Amino acid sequence: MPAFLEVQNLVKSFGTNTVVKGVNFAFAKGEFISLLGPSGCGKTTILRMIAGFERPTSGTIRVDGEDITHLKPNQRQLGMVFQAYALFPNMTVGENIAFGLKVAGMPAEQRRARVDEMLKLIGLLGFDKRYPYEMSGGQQQRVALARAIAPKPRLLLLDEPLSALDAKIRVSLREEIRAIQRDLGITTVFVTHDQEEAMSISDRIVVMNSGNIEQLGAAHDIYNRPATRFVATFVGQLNTLPAGVLAGTPGERAIRPELISLAPRPETDLTLTGTIADLHFLGSVQRLRVDIGGTLVNIDTFNNQTSPLQRGDTVTLHLAQKDLLTLGA
Amino acid sequence: MKAQKFWPWLIVTLGAAYFLIPLLATFIFSLRMRRNEYTFDAYVSVFSDPKFYATFGYSLSVGVFTIIVGIFVVVPAVYFVRLRMPWLRPFMEFVTLLPLVIPALVLVYGYVRLYGSSSLIPFTGSILGTDILLTCAYVMLAMPYMYRAVDNGMRTIDIGTLTEAAQIMGASQVQIIGNIILPNILVAILSGAFLTFAIVIGEFTIASLLNRPAFGPYLVGIGTNRAYEPAALAIISFIITWGAMGMINVLGRFAPRTSARTD
Repeated sequence: MPAFLEVQNLVKSFGTNTVVKGVNFAFAKGEFISLLGPSGCGKTTILRMIAGFERPTSGTIRVDGEDITHLKPNQRQLGMVFQAYALFPNMTVGENIAFGLKVAGMPAEQRRARVDEMLKLIGLLGFDKRYPYEMSGGQQQRVALARAIAPKPRLLLLDEPLSALDAKIRVSLREEIRAIQRDLGITTVFVTHDQEEAMSISDRIVVMNSGNIEQLGAAHDIYNRPATRFVATFVGQLNTLPAGVLAGTPGERAIRPELISLAPRPETDLTLTGTIADLHFLGSVQRLRVDIGGTLVNIDTFNNQTSPLQRGDTVTLHLAQKDLLTLGA
Repeated sequence: MKAQKFWPWLIVTLGAAYFLIPLLATFIFSLRMRRNEYTFDAYVSVFSDPKFYATFGYSLSVGVFTIIVGIFVVVPAVYFVRLRMPWLRPFMEFVTLLPLVIPALVLVYGYVRLYGSSSLIPFTGSILGTDILLTCAYVMLAMPYMYRAVDNGMRTIDIGTLTEAAQIMGASQVQIIGNIILPNILVAILSGAFLTFAIVIGEFTIASLLNRPAFGPYLVGIGTNRAYEPAALAIISFIITWGAMGMINVLGRFAPRTSARTD
């Protein structure tokens, strides 16, 4: 597959502080990519360099084969959605969506048709005469999305677009964004610090830490085969078992909470015994914290109607050698 | 009236009296042109003087040009300082305060020396040139008010993100200022404009020394030659100023609202 978005040896320094340290990646047309990492890892800086708001210290950015590294933001034909909505407060919803089209010189008739098309896409048909302040945060962010994609940009950049919204809207809007993205086949770069968000909607994820890429891959790979200790601990829940906890296993090992069970399974070949220190009932899942000689281990089990567990119960944990992760540096 | 409300009310009443009694006295005096009778004769006299219209019209048009030039100078300056050179702000604050510190008299003597008819740039050599010079002087006099009004206006909107949002959609710098920044700070600009207008209408020193037929010198001329008309003119000026202030309030209701609904 030819690369549609290609970043080579991208470096960004602010004074003596290097925040992006030679990043490389290439993505195909239509991919949904997440840049995931803690705050200050450089993910937002990369997005802003793709947008053209920051000038790279060195390196190149190519879109569809064209070197855009030194183009101004308004020459790049990209769309962007910001964390703070950034709708133009003096314009109606319709005027906001039409802005990019107007700037590009599209005739009024075509603009109106495109705005209606966009409003239908985001489920806000009939809202074109409203002003941003008359709408909820979720509605405003959908308008911002429509505004970004109306001029048919080559790339869609999403800068933590969901973090200002409340939990319920965040989940429904991210599904909506993904559905629209798939529909239009638009290559999208999504910046987030929320690993659940990244895993649920991305084709591939770039996990970043202090200016470097720690791992690049599909959510399944990153979760099940973390390349580094950082990825293993940052993405998802993880239990670390210090050397000596597992008999016959030298050195430290780690395991995901859902891979430990209270009953033997065909593949399990290791057991541990401990007492329940804490127990949270989350509905479909029950989360146990088990004390194994001073090491606390989290376990997720499915809800079991027949035998309710109690704090202080002694339980035997079953796990498989093949599920154990060895954490690198 | 409760006891604890007594003192606040007293202070408010005293303050109001301090401002209102002279105004009321002026108003009553302006009605006393005819002996033993209250009439609007002084106002009729003022409004029947063709020089009143000529000078007011002149100051009005200088005021309009002052506002236009002021907007063109101040808005881009404030925008770029806020967006790209925030370290320049203290310097800007200082510079825009200078017109309040430097007396108009000093300013106009400087102008006459620099732009006099025998200088290299003889602005005062022609009427148009003098009018341009007067407008430039007024732009400077109004700068402290215009700068603060526009700066406050830009504080209320996130100009950084709005600029980036417009840029990524392909807008040029001129389109951003014209279509996004200006409309969003229009109310702030208008309040700056009305303050500018109020300053220009009453300004005497510069207009008089550049020998232009402005409203300020006309007011002073009437004041030295007539008895009742100055009082009537003072009341008229008050009404014009209040009208301008009232406009700022009315326009404030159309200020853009940026916050989202919470539901």
